[in-house]
Parts: sequence; structure tokens; C-alpha cells
Amino acid sequence: MRTPVDLAAARPGPAFTVTLDGREIEAFPGQTVAAALWAAGVTSWRTTRVEGRPRGIFCGIGVCFDCLVTVNDRPNQRACLVPARPGDAIRTQDGTGHDD
Amino acid sequence: MTERPHLAVIGAGPAGLAATVAAAARGVRVTLIDSAAEAGGQFYRQPAAALRARRPQALHHQWRTWERLRDALAGQVESGRVMHLTDHHAWLVERQSGRFTVHALLGPEQEEPAVVHADATVLATGGYEKVLPFPGWTLPGVVTAGGAQAMLKGALAVSGPTAVVAGTGPLLLPVATGLAAAGVKVAALVESADPRDFVRRTRALAAQPGKVGEGARYAARLLRHRVRTLVRHTVVEAHGTGRIEAVTVAALDGAGRVRPGTERRIPCDTLAVGHGMLPHTDLAETLGCRLDGPGVDVDGDQRTDVPGVWAAGETTGIGGAALALAEGHIAGCSAAARLNGAAPDPHAWAAAAKSRNGLREFFAALDPVYAPPAHWAEQVTDDTVVCRCEEVTGGAIREAVADLGAGDLRTVKLLTRAGMGWCQGRVCGPAVAGLAGCGETPGRRPFARPVPLGVLARAGEPKPSDAAQ
Ligand SMILES: Cc1cc2nc3c(=O)[nH]c(=O)nc-3n(C[C@H](O)[C@H](O)[C@H](O)COP(=O)(O)OP(=O)(O)OC[C@H]3O[C@@H](n4cnc5c(N)ncnc54)[C@H](O)[C@@H]3O)c2cc1C
Ligand code: FES
Repeated sequence: MRTPVDLAAARPGPAFTVTLDGREIEAFPGQTVAAALWAAGVTSWRTTRVEGRPRGIFCGIGVCFDCLVTVNDRPNQRACLVPARPGDAIRTQDGTGHDD
Repeated sequence: MTERPHLAVIGAGPAGLAATVAAAARGVRVTLIDSAAEAGGQFYRQPAAALRARRPQALHHQWRTWERLRDALAGQVESGRVMHLTDHHAWLVERQSGRFTVHALLGPEQEEPAVVHADATVLATGGYEKVLPFPGWTLPGVVTAGGAQAMLKGALAVSGPTAVVAGTGPLLLPVATGLAAAGVKVAALVESADPRDFVRRTRALAAQPGKVGEGARYAARLLRHRVRTLVRHTVVEAHGTGRIEAVTVAALDGAGRVRPGTERRIPCDTLAVGHGMLPHTDLAETLGCRLDGPGVDVDGDQRTDVPGVWAAGETTGIGGAALALAEGHIAGCSAAARLNGAAPDPHAWAAAAKSRNGLREFFAALDPVYAPPAHWAEQVTDDTVVCRCEEVTGGAIREAVADLGAGDLRTVKLLTRAGMGWCQGRVCGPAVAGLAGCGETPGRRPFARPVPLGVLARAGEPKPSDAAQ
């Protein structure tokens, strides 16, 4: 199958590893956390405060705050904006993202 | 330090770039402020530099125009006339004794503050998408049409191999063809507008042969990628548990109601959906600029009614990249003339004004054609979440109106919490207004971004580390 990476002839630097809840995932320089998760087949990384429903990307540009995720112990980061960095510990988050 | 007048341009999309380049070419010092890591805005959103895309133009239209803008910006940055501040989210522009202070937050975390001072400002913050709710629209894999496009252009990412593109508006065409070109199987393009309505507006169409050609090129691409187009159809529900697995679409009757018995199910892992665009007006509103409908009101020079404030591009009304370019150019020329102490001479930008006026007419004619189905609210069941942040359902909003007598958006919000979450009602505003049967009033958000309290407390104090003086 053709991919967007083929279409744009992208040749990012070598892949690095991040973790999602401890599981190793491959990411490339230039990818946001959301892009790395999508590439790993993950489309949801948060559950909502009231009903515990899964959420992931919605607006893709930082407006809707649906894509909140915990990165290196900082909760409520927007996965569509935050670049993935080598060794990032990404964690799915429930509710407010704080332990309450 | 030079005593050149200083213009702050907010937004590095087509409008902001055109304004920056025009003003800098006329001797004005410009600080270009944008929340993204690269210039380009929505239309010319670039893949992140580290992805090292050697063929980014494959994701784009009108690439040569982009090259011209990009190179002109680079030249002005090199000459020191333009400072381009990336990753700066402006949350407030203040006007005091005729000068301006732009308050911004840095980086994706948006916690560190920065401040820019200027003699005048051009607001070119563009627009955002309107998406109306339907059962299942909060499932992962349901994304906004522009969001699908932004993830594709900026991150070279797609959320699955099979997509449905749905809703209404000209944006659906580049989204469907873009995804298809990137290897996604687009199972259907579902548009609620009626093509016969375009024909009734042939005069405005005939005046824009370029736009007609654009439409024909998209149609050819859809055909080439074998994308099935369903017009006068709408998505009635997205299905799935942990993520979207299928959508049900149905035909609409002449009055904009779902025709019973026409429902069919289309399997997919992505639904890219949008119902048009709305202008970003937060910064303009806190400056006290008058609005004209949903957008910022401007005169022929792109000036707002607040002295020293110009506005250009989709913040003044939705009309696409070519219109944004023309408006930006005019704003840059006009602002430069004023800052240089001269009366602006409209003859100097007659070509841009002609193009602007024609495109505005064209989009004014299109606007009523691309309308969401008249009875979209009937699809919103009582248990459909309408406010995604606060998880307020359609039932709760109806109850606030019917039983508690809420007659305006503010009261509905106070009673239900709809619009009080992280996104400050940007996503649910139009839907709540529609369900409650009250007018869509401008958002009246105090700030264009959520601001950490520490930053707010310090905002009044001048700091030596200001980004630009
Ligand atoms: C998500 C999305 C995707 C789109 N994709 C396409 C497409 O593929 N094809 C198409 O024809 N049209 C597309 N559009 C329509 C698009 O808006 C216009 O084509 C065109 O980009 C408008 O130009 P503009 O300069 O007015 O605004 P924009 O291009 O939207 O530029 C505005 C810029 O301002 C910045 N900004 C906004 N608020 C702030 C702030 N408070 N602080 C700092 N910076 C800020 C934004 O980051 C952005 O870079 C899309 C729209 C959206 C919302
Ligand atoms: S997807 Fe909307 S903020 Fe990230």
C-alpha cells in the first residue's frame, strides 16, 4: 500500500523508541506523539472524566483538547502538537489526568 | 536600533504571509507570530522539517505560490526586516495609548510567556472547522475533515486504511483526494449539498473560471481514485465500540430530512467530517473590533474599526487561500503606508482588490449551497454527547431549553456546562445554538488560549526578557 511517507518522499532520520504504558513503540524524528501512536495502530489514549469513553485525535490542530495524553509524567499534553522525543514515556490517561 | 515602525502580524497562513511580505517590502519592520512550528497556515501546512519530505508538493495545490511566499519570507528574515516567531500562541493583544502588546505562550506546552510590542497589528488568525454532532461522533477514528488533512500534510499520518469523508463544504474535496493520493481507500465522499443548487448560481460561477476549473480537476481526481460520491446524503450514525468500525449514511429529501429506508452501512476505520468553517475572532474581539456576521468587519483597506488593527484572511470571513492572499497583501500595503505616515493609495493594490472582490462574491454565492442539512438536529438523539469536553448530551440541552426555559447560549451553558470545558465551546458552540434554537452569538472568550494562572498574574508586569521591543 502507498503511504503518505512515500507520497511526500520523506526520509526522516533513524527511528527511536518511545513507550506507551511501558510498551515499546517506534517513532521517527519529526513525528508528533499522535502521529507515532497512529502509526502504531493506536487511535485512542484517553478516557473521559464522566463516562470513561475513549478519545483520540479529533481536530488535529490543537483546538479541541480531545487528544490529551500524559508524556513523561506531565498530564494533559496535546498529542497532536507535542513532538515525540527519544525515550518519551507516554501514558494513557483517565479522567482529569491527575490521580484524583 | 533602527526607528522603523513595527508591525505585528499574527498568523503565518496565506493572509499573514502576504501581509508580512508586502509590509516588509515597503520598509516596515515586521514580527510574524504563529503557533505552528513552520509557516504555511492551514492551506500550506508543511511536513515537520525533521520528516525530511523531499516531495512535499505532492500533498499540495498551488505550490508555486507557496514557493514565492516562502522565499520572500526567507529573504526578509535574512535581511533582518522580519522576525518570524514560531511556536508562539498569542492569547491576548492589548492596545494602550495607540501601541500594541501581544501576549503569547511558547511551545506545545503553552506555559512559558513571551511578549511582543508593536505600533500596529494585522490579525490573520484564519478559521476553524464547524462539526455538528451525530450519534457516534466521539468515537476514536472520527476526525474533523481539516484535522485529517492537517495530520496528513503536517505529520504524514493517517489513522487507518479505509476512510469516509462526509459533511458539507469545499474542504471535503481536497481532503478526499488528498487521503486517496496518500494510499487511503476513500469508501465514499458524502456531501449533503445539492449539485442543482450550484447550477442556479451560474452567474457567480461563470465569473470565476479558475474556480470552475478547480472543481473539474477535483472531480477528475475523485474519478481516478474511484471515490464514490454521494450527494444529498448525510451520515446519520458512526458505529463501533473502542473505535469507529462503520457509518450509516442516508439520502436527504428536498427539505433536508433523512429519507426513511435509504440508510446504508459503509465499513470504515476513519470518518473525516466537517460542516464548514468559522472565523477565529477571539483576539479581534478582546481588542474591541466590530464583527460583521461571524467574521471581523473590515473596510476596503482591510482595516478594522479599531485604529492600528487590520484583519485579513479567514478571520474576516471564510473564502479559501486565494482570497486570504489578496486580503493579506492589501492589509500589508495599507498598514505599511499608515506606518510610514502616508495615506494609503488603493491604486497600488488594485489587482489584489479586484481579485478579492470577485472571490468574495463567489464565496457569498456558494455559502447557502454548502449548508448542513436543515434538519440535522433531528439526528441528535437525547443520549448523543454534544459538548465533547464536558460530556453534555443532546437531552440535557433540550431539557435546559424546554423545562428550564433557557433562551440564549449563555443560560444553556450555565445550566448544562456545555461549552465550559477545555475548548471553550469552540467545538460545540454551533451545535448547542442549533439545538437550543437560539442564535449563534460570538464566543466572547476572554483569551484566545487557555492561560496558566501564573502567566496571567505576571502579564501586567513588563519583563526584560520580552521577545521583541
Ligand atoms: C484544519 C484545516 C485544514 C484545512 N485544509 C485545507 C486544505 O487542505 N485545502 C484548502 O483549500 N483549504 C483548507 N483549509 C481552509 C483554509 O483555512 C484556507 O484555505 C486558508 O488556509 C486560509 O488562510 P488564512 O491565512 O486566512 O488562515 P490560516 O491558513 O488558517 O492561517 C492562520 C494561522 O494563524 C495561526 N494562528 C491562529 N490563531 C493564532 C493565535 N492565537 N496565536 C498564534 N497563531 C495563531 C495558525 O496557526 C495559522 O498558521 C483548512 C482549514 C482548516 C481549519
Ligand atoms: S486533536 Fe484537537 S487538540 Fe489535539
